Amino acid sequence: MMQESTLKYTAVELSELIKAGQVKVTEALDDVFAVIEKREGLLHCYVTLEKEKAYQQAEELQRKIDRGALVSPLAGVPFAVKDNLCTEGTPTTCSSKILENFVPTYSAEAVKRLQEAGAVIIGKTNMDEFAMGSTTETSYFGVTRNPYDTERVPGGSSGGSAAAVAAGECFAALGSDTGGSIRQPACFCGVTGMKPTYGTVSRYGLVAYGSSLDQIGPLAKDVRDCAAILEVIASHDPKDSTSIARKDTDFTKALGRDIKGMRIGIPRDFFELSQNGSGLDPEVAAAVRGAAGVLEERGAVVEEFDLSLVEYAIPTYYTIAAAEASSNLERFDGVKYGYRVPGHEELHQMYKKTRSQGFGSEVKRRIMLGSFVLSSGYYDAYYLKALRVKALIKKAFDQAFARFDCILGPVAPTTAPRLGESLSDPIRMYLGDIYTISVNLAGLPAISIPCGQDHNGLPIGVQLIGDCYCEKKLLAAAYQYEKSVN
Amino acid sequence: MSNTITLETIDYVAILAKLDLTPEEKLQAQKDMSNMLDYIDKLNELDTTGVEPMSHVFQVTNVFREDVVANGDDSAAILGNAPASKQGMFQVPRTVE
Repeated sequence: MMQESTLKYTAVELSELIKAGQVKVTEALDDVFAVIEKREGLLHCYVTLEKEKAYQQAEELQRKIDRGALVSPLAGVPFAVKDNLCTEGTPTTCSSKILENFVPTYSAEAVKRLQEAGAVIIGKTNMDEFAMGSTTETSYFGVTRNPYDTERVPGGSSGGSAAAVAAGECFAALGSDTGGSIRQPACFCGVTGMKPTYGTVSRYGLVAYGSSLDQIGPLAKDVRDCAAILEVIASHDPKDSTSIARKDTDFTKALGRDIKGMRIGIPRDFFELSQNGSGLDPEVAAAVRGAAGVLEERGAVVEEFDLSLVEYAIPTYYTIAAAEASSNLERFDGVKYGYRVPGHEELHQMYKKTRSQGFGSEVKRRIMLGSFVLSSGYYDAYYLKALRVKALIKKAFDQAFARFDCILGPVAPTTAPRLGESLSDPIRMYLGDIYTISVNLAGLPAISIPCGQDHNGLPIGVQLIGDCYCEKKLLAAAYQYEKSVN
Repeated sequence: MSNTITLETIDYVAILAKLDLTPEEKLQAQKDMSNMLDYIDKLNELDTTGVEPMSHVFQVTNVFREDVVANGDDSAAILGNAPASKQGMFQVPRTVE
């Protein structure tokens, strides 16, 4: 008799069945690899698959689970990890030619914690090169396709992680979010994605893009999985000097909480974006307002307000992120790891040629911009100006959170665009990040949850944004929403 | 409001960025950077007089630890990633004649 696929279960449900002895870890792997066999050729969610290692890990984990030595909520769950998170002994490419052959000698702290909790890492997911992009089309290894419509992008930069979860090529995944790179692909692929407060998850072993903005977080099937994963990967790590010692990381405790009286603010200016050219799709707007209505029925007090400064977030972000990227990516010079241009050259020529051949055009564009805004004569006018506006944006959020527990809005102005549509006009692509980017500038937590589909059947997402350290409010609201609509 | 970035500026920035751009890439970079800077100039609409630049949202201070070796000797594995190595060292083109 053919066994029913385990893929209908969430990560937490699967782990419960494994611990109860009703499902073997290898059975879950069999199901995941059966889907991979069938769909990966077209979707291309992964840069590297580690099937053999996954089955070896599964054997060990099964023994531990069987003797009761592993009781974590993620024990035995097949996971995918974005390819900018270092994995010991498994290539970590950042979807770039310059790191094509790089095999880390250590694992990122978040990956290590996931493995200690009994997750099985089955592979590394495709992404925009060095996480620079919103479509996963800037990957050196080719595009990832959206499982809902394979002529469309999965979003980005954690597009491979989002598509893998949506397609059933894993049960859950890790991504990273510098300007929306978890939330936006989660939205486009109809899964749940969360960016925690800056400093909640150690960035040790995450290949840096914009260090003051980067955070690691989960992409998963539902809110409970997100909470369980975040609980596992959150830690105070002396190896990341911006990591915060938090005592309130028992995120799953927030799930059953009542949201009666929770004050939710909807920024009016999120819905009036036509003046800057990004244009919020009416179907997206309607679905997002519908989600607010559901929360209101659950007892939340929903109110519109003016957040202000919304249209200044994108130019601020791109200045800061490009500046940090130009500095962070200086380490790729063909000396210690990665690609080196062939042939004998003078040292400086070797650096320049290696970098010019190793980086793709979007990465070079941002390194150039970043080098410019940091150069003497322009530093004050561009870089410091952006840091001043960042302070104003943070203040606008502080004022909003004096009145509200959460802010609710869209994740992206549209559903997933067609492949090839976005890259021709970088500024237009950057405008698509308008709802996600300010969250990173202000270090806030935010979650993206599915809230409907457009007339093409493409997923729409709603975003809940919280004040720093207020993940639990977001999780409580998101969980109530999910329960109401399912 | 329009930024004109000269090709000389692009050459200068490419030196800072350690990039060797082809003539076509330089023209593209000139166009891209001018467009981006025009867009970034939007920030000048805001009066930021007296606003302190915010590099981190939280008060961060340097984290110090005792200067003792905490990891093992991974040198062989680390050198395994090097494009070229010799006698336990990274090998680079000759820098001194």
